[in-house]
Amino acid sequence: MSALAHLPTGSRQPASPPKAARSERYRLLPYLLLLPGAAWLFLFFVVPLVQLAAASLYDPTGSLSTGYVLTWAFGNYPAAVQAYWPQFARSFAYAGIALLLALLMGYPLAYAIAQRAGRWKNLLLVCVIAPMFTSFLVRTLAWKTILSDNGWLVGLLRDVHLLGPDGRLLATPIAVVLGLTYNFLPFLVLPLYASLERLDHRLLEASSDLYASPLKTFRRVTLPLSMPGLIAGTLLFFIPATGDYINAELLGTPNEYMIGNVIDSAFLVRLDYPQGAALSFLLMSAILAVVFGYLRRAGTREVL
Amino acid sequence: MATENPAGDLRLANLSKTFGAFTAVDELSLTIPQGSFFALLGASGCGKTTTLRMVAGLEEPTSGQVLLGDRDITRLRPYKRPVNTVFQSYALFPHLDIFENVAFGLRRRGIRPVHGPVRQMLSLVQLDGYERRRPAQLSGGQQQRVALARALINHPQVLLLDEPLGALDLKLRRQMQIELKRIQVEVGITFVHVTHDQEEAMTMADTVAVMNAGRIEQLGTPAEIYEFPATAFVANFLGQSNLIAADVSGGNGGDLLVTAHGARFSVPSARSRADQGPVFLGVRPEKLQLAAAAGQVPAGNQHLEGSITDASYVGVSTQYLLRTGWGTELSVFVANTGAQERFAVGERVVAHWNPQHAFLLDRRADEHDRTTPVLVP
Ligand SMILES: Nc1ncnc2c1ncn2[C@@H]1O[C@H](COP(=O)(O)OP(=O)(O)OP(=O)(O)O)[C@@H](O)[C@H]1O
Ligand SMILES: [Mg+2]
Repeated sequence: MSALAHLPTGSRQPASPPKAARSERYRLLPYLLLLPGAAWLFLFFVVPLVQLAAASLYDPTGSLSTGYVLTWAFGNYPAAVQAYWPQFARSFAYAGIALLLALLMGYPLAYAIAQRAGRWKNLLLVCVIAPMFTSFLVRTLAWKTILSDNGWLVGLLRDVHLLGPDGRLLATPIAVVLGLTYNFLPFLVLPLYASLERLDHRLLEASSDLYASPLKTFRRVTLPLSMPGLIAGTLLFFIPATGDYINAELLGTPNEYMIGNVIDSAFLVRLDYPQGAALSFLLMSAILAVVFGYLRRAGTREVL
Repeated sequence: MATENPAGDLRLANLSKTFGAFTAVDELSLTIPQGSFFALLGASGCGKTTTLRMVAGLEEPTSGQVLLGDRDITRLRPYKRPVNTVFQSYALFPHLDIFENVAFGLRRRGIRPVHGPVRQMLSLVQLDGYERRRPAQLSGGQQQRVALARALINHPQVLLLDEPLGALDLKLRRQMQIELKRIQVEVGITFVHVTHDQEEAMTMADTVAVMNAGRIEQLGTPAEIYEFPATAFVANFLGQSNLIAADVSGGNGGDLLVTAHGARFSVPSARSRADQGPVFLGVRPEKLQLAAAAGQVPAGNQHLEGSITDASYVGVSTQYLLRTGWGTELSVFVANTGAQERFAVGERVVAHWNPQHAFLLDRRADEHDRTTPVLVP
């Protein structure tokens, strides 16, 4: 480095023209590679998004039959919040609780598969992914059976008096949270597994050689080194869980409805497009705000 | 700190480790006095790292004990042992900067202050100013020095060093050797130092153990081991030796008589590891001298004849290959003091040596002359 720095500047060779042309091509290459994806995103994400943004500002008194007019009705937003803030709050609360449950189950699971499973590793991984081979809907319907009033689980819980004689699981917030936890667990486990798998066993030994008990080793070495997977996993879990409406629909009642259910009915039942669009945008911004707040706290340094 | 604890010597008692059917460490027993510098030498794969790992508590012995003073630490968890390791693979924490890597041990034990000792340690390993870098931003040699600092800062009772200087250039390695030795003497830590560098082992250690296939072949001061090796493996692992296959043919007062390829030689019995049957007659290349004719050989010296097949001038010495009458090539190092005459390839010469410098080693009946340096058994 210093040897180069001491070279007289005059001795530097000007880049020859053919070389320059080649480096020009290489400069453009990344953009060329981006082109198909960018075009796709533009057509099927940006355009509909603009459309949706416009729809959220339509005159709220319009309807499908009478037609909508873009009146820049920003009032749609406060109106939507006022009408549906409980569903908003519920979405974040349910997704948050489900995330906690999933972390409690998923971290040890990912750790065990990555570090301790030995030759069972691949089989266990398949077990994590296997439920995804069936449809989301079927899996959730299966939970309906498991949690039903005359199912074995409720029977067992009633027998040990964890539930009253008329206690139920189905159609309660518990059922919805359990459904969310179950359905999105693989999204948390897989990225976590990937980063725990790369964890060098020798670092754990070094830590324990340097007076760190297993607990301190986890806190100071394992956890920070699995941070990229943990962040990716929580985001992949939390974002779809917040917007989900199937679990509340199938396992809950209107009292458990989340914001996804409201958007669903606004578009497909009540045909109130401006409100549905406004709610969609609110949900998106709320999630973005949560995610950015989280990333700032978690520190992007570990992610990169 | 740990050094105020009078707990004492590190003792391994019949320590074994097997991996499946493979025995990596075989009934190892040795005592390393407190505060001594102990070097473990041996070919790759002979069980050095495994031995250190058992002392550190990272590997559970299959049988045997590890004792520190009177305390049996065989089953003690690694983080409870007053032992630190400089790992062969460094094992630096990639998510922590250099400062935090070095401070790790102090912080885990809640020792304060941290800043002073860490900076002092970093300047000792010549890494001032690197505090905020990550391990991935350092060269191999710099990482190795961080690993050294990270272990040394804890002033453990026993420091295990697994080839701690392997990645350093010669100059830096010499400096670190001097530093290590200084720290070891000053602080009185017991050092167990694994190295491939014989010179490093010999210059630094009070005691050297030569390991082979999970066992200790010889243990002693560097001079003892070099001057009078216990086995053919040691004779060739530590420096070079000319080992000539011979058989004991009788005794004569304090000497043993041996026959090799029809010629008879004598070796003082004090210099023999075996007194009957097949033996190796060993002489180090620098203990051999060359003369133009048998008449010039000093009285009392043993000699044999041969012709020079190769002469390499290496500055401080000239290294000859001498083909004996029965076809074996012996190495001869002659110091370039200017007093000796130089010989050319093809010349017939007489190689001679003082019998006090020869040694007799046990030999299996089917083993032949071993005169080239054997690095891997
Ligand atoms: N976990 C293990 N499972 C099976 N065999 C092992 C294991 N660890 C070490 N061994 C074997 O034990 C022997 C001794 O290994 P060890 O690491 O102690 O060698 P070493 O003397 O430190 O060698 P080097 O000088 O190359 O570092 C080797 O043959 C190695 O293959
Ligand atoms: Mg090793």
